[in-house]
Amino acid sequence: MSQNNISGLPQVSDRLAKNAMRHVSERLIEFVLFAAAAVSVLTTVGIVYVLVTESIHFFQNVPISDFLTDTQWTPLFDDAHYGIMVLISGTLVSSGVALLVAIPMGTIIAIYLSEFANPKVREVAKPVLELLGGIPTIVFGYFALLIVTPLLQTIFPELPGFSLLSAGLVMGIMIVPYIASLSEDAMRAVPMSMREGSYAMGATKLHTAIHVVVPAAVSGLAASYILGISRAVGETMILAVAAGMQPNLTWNPMEPAATITSYIVQVALGDLPHGSIGYQTIFAAGLTLLLITLAFNIAGQWMRRRFREAY
Amino acid sequence: MQTHDQPTLKAEARNFNFFYGEAQALKNINMPIYDKKVTALIGPSGCGKSTYLRSFNRMHDLYPGNRYEGEIRFFPDNTNLLSPEVDPIEVRMRVGMVFQKPNPFPKTIFENVAYGLRVRGENNKRMLDDKVEHALRGAAIWDEVKDRLQDLAPNLSGGQQQRLCIARALATDPELLLFDEPTSALDPIATGAIEELVHELKKRVTILIVTHNMQQAARVSDYTAYMYLGEMIEFGKTDEIFIKPKEKRTEDYITGRMG
Amino acid sequence: MQKSMTTEQIRALIARGKLKDRIFQALGIVCLALGLLVITLLVGDMLIRGLERLNLDFFTNFASRRAAQSGILSAWVGTILVMFVTALAAVPLGVAAGIYLEEYAKRNWITEIIEINITNLAAVPSIVYGLLALGIFVYTFGFGQSILSAGLTLALLILPIVIVSTREAIRAIPAMIREGSMAVGATRWQTCRYHIIPYAMPGILTGVIIGLARAIGETAPIITIGALTFIAFLPPAPFTVTGADGISAGLFDWVMSPFTVMPIQIFNWTSRPDPAFEINAAAAGFVLMAMVLSMNAVAIYLRYKMRKNIKW
Repeated sequence: MSQNNISGLPQVSDRLAKNAMRHVSERLIEFVLFAAAAVSVLTTVGIVYVLVTESIHFFQNVPISDFLTDTQWTPLFDDAHYGIMVLISGTLVSSGVALLVAIPMGTIIAIYLSEFANPKVREVAKPVLELLGGIPTIVFGYFALLIVTPLLQTIFPELPGFSLLSAGLVMGIMIVPYIASLSEDAMRAVPMSMREGSYAMGATKLHTAIHVVVPAAVSGLAASYILGISRAVGETMILAVAAGMQPNLTWNPMEPAATITSYIVQVALGDLPHGSIGYQTIFAAGLTLLLITLAFNIAGQWMRRRFREAY
Repeated sequence: MQTHDQPTLKAEARNFNFFYGEAQALKNINMPIYDKKVTALIGPSGCGKSTYLRSFNRMHDLYPGNRYEGEIRFFPDNTNLLSPEVDPIEVRMRVGMVFQKPNPFPKTIFENVAYGLRVRGENNKRMLDDKVEHALRGAAIWDEVKDRLQDLAPNLSGGQQQRLCIARALATDPELLLFDEPTSALDPIATGAIEELVHELKKRVTILIVTHNMQQAARVSDYTAYMYLGEMIEFGKTDEIFIKPKEKRTEDYITGRMG
Repeated sequence: MQKSMTTEQIRALIARGKLKDRIFQALGIVCLALGLLVITLLVGDMLIRGLERLNLDFFTNFASRRAAQSGILSAWVGTILVMFVTALAAVPLGVAAGIYLEEYAKRNWITEIIEINITNLAAVPSIVYGLLALGIFVYTFGFGQSILSAGLTLALLILPIVIVSTREAIRAIPAMIREGSMAVGATRWQTCRYHIIPYAMPGILTGVIIGLARAIGETAPIITIGALTFIAFLPPAPFTVTGADGISAGLFDWVMSPFTVMPIQIFNWTSRPDPAFEINAAAAGFVLMAMVLSMNAVAIYLRYKMRKNIKW
């Protein structure tokens, strides 16, 4: 503003000139910082652009109806089929197994830490959970293949060396820390006065936790579950290592199957020429994955708005 | 004090001390609570009146490092509420509480009032319906909410929320009802409604109320205790405390020379 | 009915309730212990299984067809170089973005979009970043399957973590410090440069370490851009003679070099049918875990120390 006033004047004193310079450099810095912030938007734009353009090429060759309804996924064979449901089934089954482990366990840990544990236990447990959440997924894949699968085979002798069950269980353990940590934050944000109201009625800790604290924190819990779902659906390495990578339309967790993510890895490991239809399939698969994640996130946001904290 | 309507005792603090960790918050309190009467606790902020009130339902047990000494006897069974053998949950089932800020649960109006009944294992629909209606009528809010019992309680106005919290406390027929500055978050009209309600309730239940508003104490209570720096300075009939206090310090507070 | 509940009945009710409390508490401890057990089992198993490989040769040998002679030289060098590029890109970008959003951004729709975008990016599966990089860095920009492509990919992946932790660190600084600086005539940038950034540094550092610990273990996006799994050479060090033609490498030639990283090496070894390679996978997994866990431990320690040292 001052700059405009000054520039019109015939004579500019040194001090004002310096001020104007300062102003220009301030604006420059602000622009640079803004550009940095805009990179994140560019990332999203880039993701959408790459996935959509490559997918368009793909769908020029493969009708979208085949993509959605075909029951085989054999893009690299001579008799090529492109039924994405094959990969989606693997993704959903393994995610289902993972969430059956992660949501109850994560919620129980969160309730325990927020409502029962004394502060000393909490101070030790939270970092341990963070460490667990920081373990690289390739290491979890190793864990699933070489420790959990043999362990499960002693219970289910017919379980194959690769299975959605084993990968899903380990994925569940991987997700527990995220759900536990976020849910605990949400429950600790519930005001103490709410708990006191329940205790004053003669309620026990568990009754208070289940009937007052959990309902009050429900939108935070939902957010943590949604993050868990996103992680499960997008998880790659555990599945690539432990679930086998052969496409298999199945709803049975005891079988091996490829998922959307492990298919992408499998193709990337090979040597597909840039621009070939095989190359394009991974973008179509990636777009599908992104849309599934997006659907869960939108559902989650809708739920959060629906059950907004009332306190 | 030999009047013909000498009331019966409901509770009595005897040589009661309270500590937050090492800090002594209440010093040697001796005081009776009379049955079916309203007793007000007044005094400047930080005098320990809320601390004292919250000892009656063992709220301090929720936080580590708190310690009681002495007794709070509860009648007719002459139980010491503070005894380590007495479970705080048992105490809280007998003593209800209404908080400074309305704290309805994130549930429906009906479920808020039924909360204490469910805690006691009551799940009979007919029984719950009856008790909830009775409690809501008792808290003078039935007419306002009878058509919207399935609405979420946090959507009510502040004054309605507080009366709902009173209904919640009444539903389980407590023997003693604690009020911790129940109107401090409310506007004057809602405050008037609560005060009227307190007056009405003493037919059914013994009431102990903390207030920082002396007019309120004068309006609603039968007995008043003046507390200062963790000590009980003076206890007596409300009229006597406000008209001719025995203690100079009480008089100073009441006439506004301090507080 | 209520009145008819005897003291005994009430006590029985309370006893039942407290029993449920205790059962739940035990359940909570079991669940937590299971987490601890998994970490211990994992680290222990990898250590025991991989112990026979964990010697100096393992760190100085390239991968080989014979399990016993295989090492992780190209993998750990690759990991360090990729992390270097990642940090170099993600830290300035993330910190600048965080400063912009906290100190400069006006409340308008552009800011709103940036914020929603950052939240949503955190939920995008990492393999999708790999596809982005494959389409943009590898083919459009022509960086190929290089350290540069990998480093930039992981930088984008951890950008939200760096931005969020920068913002949290800045938000923890009381307004009084900002006002104090502005009041003596400092510009907005001077305030940031001399007050906000130094005070927020420990928090930013914590976020950066956590982000890098995440990046170091990421496998999927790097496989997607086509990193090779078998690399028996190191990227050219600056100014060394690389080829028979006697031309020495430039300062930055290494960024365009093919490479492999620790997680890919582990993946490669776990997917071999020969169980001898499981030993290599275990040993390399142990090394990777040691790297990741120590980075996380440093971050947790820093955060803990910060919480103790806040003096305002």
